Amino acid sequence: MNGTPTLEVENLVKHFRVGSQLLGSGAVVHAVDGVSFSIAEGEMLGLVGESGSGKSTVGNCVVRLLEPTSGTVRLKGRDITHLARRELRPLRRDMHIVFQDPYSSLNPRMTCGDIVGEPLRIQGLARGRELEATVHELFDRVGLRPELRHRYPHELSGGQRQRVGLARALSVSPSLLVADEPVSALDVSVQAAILNLMRDLQARMGFSCLFITHDLATVEYLCDRVAVMYLGQIVELAATAELFTSPKHPYTQALLSAAVVPDPEVQRTRTRIVLEGDIPSPLAPPSGCRFRTRCPLEHESAPRSHEEEPPLIDVGRGHFVACHLVHPGRDDAHLLDAAELA
Amino acid sequence: MTRVLDVDDLSVRFETDDGTVQAVDALSFTLDEHEVLAVVGESGCGKSVSLMSLLRLLPPSAHVSGRAQFGGHDLLTAPASRIRRVRGREIAFVFQEPMTSLNPSFRVGRQIAEVLRRHLGLTRRAAERRAVELLELVRIPAPDRRVNEYPHQLSGGMRQRVMIAMALACDPKVLVADEPTTALDVTIQAGILDLMRDIRERLGTSIVLITHNLGVVADIADRVLVMYAGRKVEEAPVKDLFRGPQHPYTVGLMGAIPRPGGADHQGRLREIPGRVPSLVGPWEACAFAERCPRADEKTRSEVPPLREVERGHTVACFHPGPE
Repeated sequence: MNGTPTLEVENLVKHFRVGSQLLGSGAVVHAVDGVSFSIAEGEMLGLVGESGSGKSTVGNCVVRLLEPTSGTVRLKGRDITHLARRELRPLRRDMHIVFQDPYSSLNPRMTCGDIVGEPLRIQGLARGRELEATVHELFDRVGLRPELRHRYPHELSGGQRQRVGLARALSVSPSLLVADEPVSALDVSVQAAILNLMRDLQARMGFSCLFITHDLATVEYLCDRVAVMYLGQIVELAATAELFTSPKHPYTQALLSAAVVPDPEVQRTRTRIVLEGDIPSPLAPPSGCRFRTRCPLEHESAPRSHEEEPPLIDVGRGHFVACHLVHPGRDDAHLLDAAELA
Repeated sequence: MTRVLDVDDLSVRFETDDGTVQAVDALSFTLDEHEVLAVVGESGCGKSVSLMSLLRLLPPSAHVSGRAQFGGHDLLTAPASRIRRVRGREIAFVFQEPMTSLNPSFRVGRQIAEVLRRHLGLTRRAAERRAVELLELVRIPAPDRRVNEYPHQLSGGMRQRVMIAMALACDPKVLVADEPTTALDVTIQAGILDLMRDIRERLGTSIVLITHNLGVVADIADRVLVMYAGRKVEEAPVKDLFRGPQHPYTVGLMGAIPRPGGADHQGRLREIPGRVPSLVGPWEACAFAERCPRADEKTRSEVPPLREVERGHTVACFHPGPE
């Protein structure tokens, strides 16, 4: 965990223009607005958020499927933010992505063996019999019967397809794996197997991972640290145990309180913080604090929350929070308390 | 408790090119007034098909047999005219994806009003007034403005509220909610679950909740029915099921979900090896045998019958028990 971080993201911004620019009726979607974090060697960072929070856009910018509007993305110290396609190609060995939908992210006209071997072929890392042997070994490693190499994606179950996606991503032994909701489309019993597999593979191969999900329980199971996103920004970032035991941002608290626990006796006695309204449109994010329109503590932070964007600051032990009401000097007893909010 | 629905020996078959698919196999269950029954299982276990078959919502290739007593009639043999009266008026459905269930080209108020005019014979004006009240009932802010909006102008959670409002339009006895929160974010899901609880309390509606999410079950269900490969494998009051699951499949499902708060970084999630069997029958075995750590000769040669292990807790397994 020393030396240069595998991934450094600094002040990442991604805006999308929508509508007609020519007629002047265009608008700008503020998908990601000033996101910074880093992932150390061998670390798993969970990026959590609800739909529209910009978490997938961050993932796509990191592996440069999208070009950031501004900010910097560094892979093992090298700035890759604006590299051209051709310059990126050799770097594709070092970072890979696994998508949510194993149905649409595998080429239906290729056999699964060819799919897994493709990155090796393109990178010129193996060919012929050697390629064949590596693919065989990769199938074995992700828990697929080697015979399945000759099958097409449609012949496999969802879980098997996701394993093919993982084998393909890991074929070139990348330093960074971005996993965008890799288990959300799968059944519960299959999810467990894929999550266990990811943990085993990470322990064995030592890659760093940006794990993007909406599911808090998964993050708690898998990740070392967690970043919570809301409307294009990180509102809280902390070590997993720390975030789950003492969440400080009101949004994180609401999110944790809304997650359902599979135990009726616990679930029915929990205090739930119900947020008013819906996530605002990223076309016109609120001024100042982006969470203020739904924040149960808005009355305390106004009018400052309307004027100033709260910076993401360290409140101790590497726990970062972006809230006007939370700061390092503040005594723990005064911090937002779930029971108090309800 | 008054019994609202009594389903007995329900089977649904589909004739396909690969043979007969037994989507639902001899399923029996009951639903009481005011009760929330959760039907749990993974994709393809027959949970949606079984409920849809009751109102003849399946394609003609489905062969449905059994009995389903509702309001003094057997839904499976009643004439089509009777089913049309039941459908939407006495038993109403809410589906997972509200965007595909709403007509994108009509204002939501008009879509709700259509139900009222058709089933209750209200005039256009009365129906539209009632639509506003219904939106208010499902706690949509500014309902008099929202009735005039199109589905695309509403958020996902709001659309699901509109679907529920539409389902409640005729004050049904039974609300069947098929994965009503699966497409929604957790903070929105919490609101929809609160709404369903509220509806049950205020209107006394019975709810059948079809879901794969055990957290949602823990939150709202009174009783749980676990399905696997078209069969009921376990049924119990919610607390009994979570405290002492008996069927190895239920035990497996509960161990497969990461639990918030219970993070033990060393512990692994339980995996259920193998995959769901093909439903092309017939089988003379326990459907779970291939994946079951407790399977033996008997399991592979006989279908385990449902047995009561404690009051109200039944399980179809030759070797039941929590672990």
